[in-house]
Amino acid sequence: MRTVVRVTERVLETPSTVTLRFRYAAEADPGQFVMVWLPGDDELPMSLSYTDGPSKGVTIKAMGGTSRRVQSIRPGDPIGIRGPYGNRFDLSPHRVLIVSGGSGAAVLAPAAQRARASGAAITVALGATKAPELLFRDRFRDLGARVEVATDDGSEGSKGFVTAVAEHLLATEPFDAVWTCGPEVMMKKVIAAAAPRSVPVFCSMERHMKCALGMCDACALGPFHVCVDGPVFPAEKLEDVPDFGTFHRDPSGRRVSY
Amino acid sequence: MADLAVRCAGVSLRNPFLLASGIWGESGVSLTGAWNAGAGGVITKSIGSVPRPGYPNPTVETYDQWGLLNAMGLPNPGIDEYPREIEVARRAGATVIGSVFGGSAEEFAHLASKMAATGVAALELNLSCPHAEGFGTEVGGTPADVERIVRAVTKEVTLPVIAKITPNTNDAAGLALAAERGGAAAVSAINTLRALAIDVHLRRPVLSHRLGGLSGPAIKPVGLACVWQIYEKVKIPVVGVGGIATAQDALEYVMAGARALEVGTQVTFEGVGVFGRLSRELSALLEQLGFSRLEDAVGVAHAATSLPPD
Repeated sequence: MRTVVRVTERVLETPSTVTLRFRYAAEADPGQFVMVWLPGDDELPMSLSYTDGPSKGVTIKAMGGTSRRVQSIRPGDPIGIRGPYGNRFDLSPHRVLIVSGGSGAAVLAPAAQRARASGAAITVALGATKAPELLFRDRFRDLGARVEVATDDGSEGSKGFVTAVAEHLLATEPFDAVWTCGPEVMMKKVIAAAAPRSVPVFCSMERHMKCALGMCDACALGPFHVCVDGPVFPAEKLEDVPDFGTFHRDPSGRRVSY
Repeated sequence: MADLAVRCAGVSLRNPFLLASGIWGESGVSLTGAWNAGAGGVITKSIGSVPRPGYPNPTVETYDQWGLLNAMGLPNPGIDEYPREIEVARRAGATVIGSVFGGSAEEFAHLASKMAATGVAALELNLSCPHAEGFGTEVGGTPADVERIVRAVTKEVTLPVIAKITPNTNDAAGLALAAERGGAAAVSAINTLRALAIDVHLRRPVLSHRLGGLSGPAIKPVGLACVWQIYEKVKIPVVGVGGIATAQDALEYVMAGARALEVGTQVTFEGVGVFGRLSRELSALLEQLGFSRLEDAVGVAHAATSLPPD
């Protein structure tokens, strides 16, 4: 069952990323996602970037045609929402390192928000192609998180991949957990960096998704379905999944290499 | 505990509960998961000649009590790509039944031959998808169509062929008879019931394809009636499908005439743990009702021809 809501606010977060806010009363936790229906067009899984209170939000980066059409939604436009679906981040660790690549911050920011509210110390390694694309940098800072930036072109923070920042932080500071979302190659490097220090890593995963109910198999990830077994996976669950960082499936179910 | 092993369409099954086509089954690892959880066999996604992305979302609507409405649109990686997934499940020891859909008898025969080459134990012909233009019900909706397609396939392959027929007809038994004449080793019934959902706020159908197929508890009585009528007409075994969620549901189908069963929507609600649960519960229920073997209960309801005394 879907609930049709009107978009209340549209925020251009970065040149390529848009947040849509809407009123949706259902309880939700950081890590969970909703299915967002664009009437007459498509329905997409989107992690909630705002989970607290009745005003929820999703944040989407322009990738293909559908994500661009989502971005073109304006305040007052109707969208259908079902969910929230999926599991959530375990927010109990006290010293958390967040590693975000690209639009990964969309799902990590509400986790940071909830964890900060209960007193956790949050360090964010935030990566983007260039400075204007750093998603939720100010939101993280306003929460009281320490933010270490990496950009591919060096326009802000250190030049290069965010994994180098994460590796340095893990090598020099103690953390109780790492939460990460971004390209799978990036997350694999984060897992490798955390392993020698036995810091547990939790990855928010993405796959093409259709039913979001555990029926259609579109989001199969090894023995898991991202929609019901995820989207948040502890790294040890992904260890023996050959798909991870290797291939995903297109809408027909064909394997597509990364 | 009663013995659940059955032989159906020439295939020995450790229990009657098969993973229905279209549920999981896009990946070989998922098929293996259902097998390892205790399914008696696993039926693949319906596979066509070429990769097919299916319809845009929304492809499903959910109901709290009844089940699911879906129009996935037969997404599948195509017969040339899919065998690697079957291989994964076969290597794990699974009894795999390959489902295919075609737009003509010739295409069915071609797909059947390629599917047979993957080493599956049997074939299931999708003559009944209610929501795919040029496929499913549209090519398998009449007895003449069913007979022609099944005959074309049984001429092409030696594997047992199961014809999955539609409930969207006034004569399911006629379709089953046609499948039998065409050489089918079994018929499975039913596929989903054609159905629709409307969003009143948006004044439009919910599913992108508009029409879809209803599955789950709501359709069990319909499936039972079809299996009942088919059992009275044909000699080949019947595979019962539609809304099976409990051992009682399963046994109703068995007593109506089903020798094997497919479980789909309940896998969505419960996960593959449903297979182990149904086997345990059905075995106990059979024993409680005085059956030592599942086979002994097949079709027994048909013998109850006279009304019980007051």
